[in-house]
Amino acid sequence: MKFKIALASATILAASMFSTASAADLTIGFSQIGSESGWRAAETTLTKQQAEKRGIDLKFADAQQKQENQIKALRSFIAQDVDAILIAPVVATGWDEVLQEAKDAEIPVILLDRTVDASKDLYLTAVTSDLVHEGNVAGKWLVDTVAGKPCNVVELQGTTGSSPAIDRKKGFEEALAGKDNLKIIRSQTGDFTRTKGKEVMESFLKAEDGGKNICALYAHNDDMAVGAIQAIKEAGLKPGTDILVVSIDAVPDIFQAMAAGEANATVELTPNMAGPALDALDAFLKDGKEPPKWIQTESKLYTQADDPQKVYEEKKGLGY
Amino acid sequence: MSTTLKAYAVRLFPQVAALAVILLMVSIAFPGFFKLEMQNGRLYGSLIDILNRGAPVALLAIGMTVVIATKGIDLSVGAVMAICGAVAAAAITSGHSLAMTLLITLGTGILCGLWNGILVAVLDIQPIIATLVLMVAGRGIAQLITEGAILTFNDAGLIFIGSGALFGLPMPVVIWLAFGLLVALLVRRTALGMLIEALGVNRRASMLSGVSTGVLLIAAYVLSGLCAALAGIIAAADIRGADANNAGLWLELDAILAVVVGGTSLLGGRFSIAASLIGALIIQSVNTGILLSGFPPEFNLIIKAAIIVLILVIQSPRAQSAFVFLSRARAPVKKTAGEAK
Repeated sequence: MKFKIALASATILAASMFSTASAADLTIGFSQIGSESGWRAAETTLTKQQAEKRGIDLKFADAQQKQENQIKALRSFIAQDVDAILIAPVVATGWDEVLQEAKDAEIPVILLDRTVDASKDLYLTAVTSDLVHEGNVAGKWLVDTVAGKPCNVVELQGTTGSSPAIDRKKGFEEALAGKDNLKIIRSQTGDFTRTKGKEVMESFLKAEDGGKNICALYAHNDDMAVGAIQAIKEAGLKPGTDILVVSIDAVPDIFQAMAAGEANATVELTPNMAGPALDALDAFLKDGKEPPKWIQTESKLYTQADDPQKVYEEKKGLGY
Repeated sequence: MSTTLKAYAVRLFPQVAALAVILLMVSIAFPGFFKLEMQNGRLYGSLIDILNRGAPVALLAIGMTVVIATKGIDLSVGAVMAICGAVAAAAITSGHSLAMTLLITLGTGILCGLWNGILVAVLDIQPIIATLVLMVAGRGIAQLITEGAILTFNDAGLIFIGSGALFGLPMPVVIWLAFGLLVALLVRRTALGMLIEALGVNRRASMLSGVSTGVLLIAAYVLSGLCAALAGIIAAADIRGADANNAGLWLELDAILAVVVGGTSLLGGRFSIAASLIGALIIQSVNTGILLSGFPPEFNLIIKAAIIVLILVIQSPRAQSAFVFLSRARAPVKKTAGEAK
């Protein structure tokens, strides 16, 4: 009985705490993985911007790619009694204990960009993109663009065995399934880097009759596409016309290539994960509305028709 | 003269044979492999790709050979590549001239080498530990310079180093051939090579014989740093940007492998820069061959490992003595016959 009363009072206390907190005076802790890539830097910038826009006091902790630093950061957020915690977890496992501590302290936790292997009731929601869907959007664009004409596709995969490489390949293949005019003739890993993207594309071009046999390139990220575009140019072909180029991520440099007519389309992996996360948090704190356990971000398709130069200018300052 | 030529031929035979076999194997898997043509005033073909893509590892292997000959090892070269690529990109985008940019970048490489050399020669720290420091810290330094992003540039001069052509050959090829020749002449046409070998075999004995081992050791690491700087400039110029996260990643291991495949012992002593360069080409031929053959990427590393193991087994002293033993039809084997060197 005593326990029940304690629990009830705790709930009331928590509810009153939440209801009195308007968005303006929220304090939120954000544990970021570190600066592993340009995209990560852009995510950090946008999270700070989103917090500032909503008048949230954001406490930022950079974990420098180490889980123990993230756990430390979470414990310090809990000790400071923040109103909510955003975390981009560096690995999937080993979070149960610290998430339980946050739950015990009645602090909602939202996962950004990556998920964890922990019980779903330990966090409020996870905001991530759907990697398979991204590959699918890229594939659909290609199917629509070639419109029934025969087309040989070469694929630059991400790092072998990584989940973006597996899922983006899967989604693309699903979009191409049943379309007999489209055939993936070569598929190799470019390790998500420009150098390897260029090197592998060079070998594709040599292997396929100087590139005359290739009609489109699908790269699992923009960096590999940027490298491949240089290889296509050096082989004396026109990227974007002789060989169609579609890739994923939407980093600023690919918009420059699109503005120059050298790339055709990219699917955005939005760095604005904080926007949907804070919207969901707001609804939860104000009205107690439980968000779904997974919020999928939009995988927007950009083509040359979307004023790439303007998008480039917008994205340039985000720290990519 | 003919005896030295013959000595060279004997020394380089296993490497050249391995390279020839690999090229042959690739040409079976991919028939158009040996096709060469002129395009835009430069040679174009898969063989040129091997020379061109092998440039960073070939350059690193030059410095690594000398360092390994001193019984050392330089694990930092990949990270130094990243630092130097970042420095080059930062210098050119902040408005320095091409000459100034190259000077600053090569200077940075020399400085990195000097740091390693002092740790090893003056503080007497084991080379593997001493260079590990920069290997770990270097990538962080490079990220600080590029602020975590890929720093792109559009300077025609710097781009020319990565993708231009001279005498019909891509610039990176010209650079590593010229630099390799220069260093090989420097160590073989002077007493330097012999002094380095002496230092590698027995540092104390060579010091007592009057060799200034400290200076020589530092010079070896400085050379390695310089090679890494050249490789870093090429890698950055090739993609028109400095990628601090990925430039030169794991290339220190490829460079060490090139030296080992080239038959230079990790225990120091006798070395051959030419053999290491052929070693670098062997590694790149395997890489390019895998890409051309169209195997699924899951097999890349397995195929590479299998070929490398095969080469090392064939080159091993035991295998060679067994080979001599069998070819002489059970005639008594001389003890020295099996030495790989």
